[in-house]
Amino acid sequence: MTVLAQQRTEPAAPTPHRRRRRGGYRLAALAFLLPALAYVVLFFGYPLVNNLSMSLRDYSVRSFYTGEAPFIGWDNYAAVLRHPLFGEAVFNTAVFTVGSIAFQFGIGLALALFFSKRFPAGGLLRSLLLLPWLLPLVVSGAVWRWMMDQDHGVINAALRALGLADGPTPWLTSPGWALPAVLIVNIWIGIPFNLVILHGGLRAVPESLYEAAALDGASAWQRFRHVTWPLLRPVTAVVLMLGLVYTIKVFDVIMVVTGGGPANATQTLTTWSYQLSFDGDFAFGQGAAVGNLLVLVATVFGLLYLRSARSSLAEGGS
Amino acid sequence: MTCTTRTGQWIRTAAGVVIVAVLLFPFYWMINASLQPSGSLLKPEPDWLPVDGTLAGYEKALSTQGGPLLDSLIVAGGTVAVSLLIAMPASYALAQLRFRGAQTIIFVLLIVQMIPGIVMANSLYAVFSSLALIDDYVGLILADSTATIPFAILVVRAFMLSIPRELSEAARVDGASYWRTFISIIVPVSRNAMVTAGLFSFLFAWADFLFAVTLTTGRSIEPITVGIYRFIGNQSADWNAVLATAVLASVPAAILLVIAQRYVVAGVTGGAIKE
Repeated sequence: MTVLAQQRTEPAAPTPHRRRRRGGYRLAALAFLLPALAYVVLFFGYPLVNNLSMSLRDYSVRSFYTGEAPFIGWDNYAAVLRHPLFGEAVFNTAVFTVGSIAFQFGIGLALALFFSKRFPAGGLLRSLLLLPWLLPLVVSGAVWRWMMDQDHGVINAALRALGLADGPTPWLTSPGWALPAVLIVNIWIGIPFNLVILHGGLRAVPESLYEAAALDGASAWQRFRHVTWPLLRPVTAVVLMLGLVYTIKVFDVIMVVTGGGPANATQTLTTWSYQLSFDGDFAFGQGAAVGNLLVLVATVFGLLYLRSARSSLAEGGS
Repeated sequence: MTCTTRTGQWIRTAAGVVIVAVLLFPFYWMINASLQPSGSLLKPEPDWLPVDGTLAGYEKALSTQGGPLLDSLIVAGGTVAVSLLIAMPASYALAQLRFRGAQTIIFVLLIVQMIPGIVMANSLYAVFSSLALIDDYVGLILADSTATIPFAILVVRAFMLSIPRELSEAARVDGASYWRTFISIIVPVSRNAMVTAGLFSFLFAWADFLFAVTLTTGRSIEPITVGIYRFIGNQSADWNAVLATAVLASVPAAILLVIAQRYVVAGVTGGAIKE
């Protein structure tokens, strides 16, 4: 992060003039920060501690009225880990996350390379591709759900017209097809993000390196393999880590397209946590336990992201 | 030579148009279906153009989803206000009034952005139900701000780092208070970053589904995302009305993309690499 780098270059010894004013300085900084600090404590700190405490209690709908939620230790975690859905949710989350990231990144990189060359209307076309990323996910989910409709969807109509499928594909109603279906939708949604970040990374590669490589007789593939790819590595690390953090918590797309079904075929840890807490079960303690497992995973990847972002900037700065 | 490269360039443009057409096809399909009568949507072969176009879907969308659209507008507007009111002063302190501990605060802001929304929703539900903030505009605005405030602070602060500190120090020497310096120098200079942060706060709150579906019961307020979700869940869903609602819900994002493209691009990259 430039953020981290820049502050270290602060002059270490303040001038006497500044030192005198330091007390007022700190007080002013605190005053300007106070609303944000209060917000973080009230809306992140307190709820998260509360979430931890909920996961250790027998919390039900009644608890909200009576205020009674007996402490039961790790029972919620044990119940979640033993739950028949746990294995399936972990498997679905892993397939969904790895599948989404692999394809989003691959397609995003191909498009970034395509758009890195100058050509008429290139900038306009590239910015149009941002649209799927900016529209509400519920909108995109609704459209895809309609397009994947078994009887009236355009995808099956197109497959039929092209002679690629004998019968209609039950995209959203068969447990075997539902996970690939939500995967396709999520890949489509993630392409613009990968495209924009990777495009920015490509633009930072000096043109002279390509010219030098071309003079040495490097083929297009060799230029990519030995110039672009190594120089893009820091940006790649950032994109992949952020992709992980974002994908693990995807909720809207799955809820709108399949609702976690059919027969839990698209239930991920996130949608399952929702189902446990809000959708019929009202087992808030167990929902909180699944949520905390998610926090754990997201934090690990988050810290990895921060580390790779920092080292990438250190590399870039040297 | 120039001739072939020019042809090559136009071939690239043509390929680019095809790529965009394929990737944006779902939106064409949404608009196409929203303009057709529900009957023709159920034909075995779909109509590729809205030949017998009708606005019936939009009439139904507006009559049933007008309230949710308004609710979303209120929540999104409120989120922008709350986020900027909290983020602007905080960014000023973090970028211009450097002090020990700033580093830690930034680290905390980066980390809290990674907390999955479902965890926040679960925790906030418990807190809000004891504060009577369920089914409440204020509750939704405060919940959406959990996602927008850290982002807004990081984006605006990154920009404010580039404002020379001599500028505000000169004002201080002239006798302006910190508050005065902030209001009459820092805020006007940071207008662009503020617009970016505000835009993204609006888009996030407008598109939010998770907080909307967990922190409302549908009895009083219902944001548009939940409106669409319940509309679809309805077995007798009228797809032309559903998709007309979806088109209406896309309008703010589409407008922003057209009129504020450079702020949008700044926000996409700003959220990721924080330069």
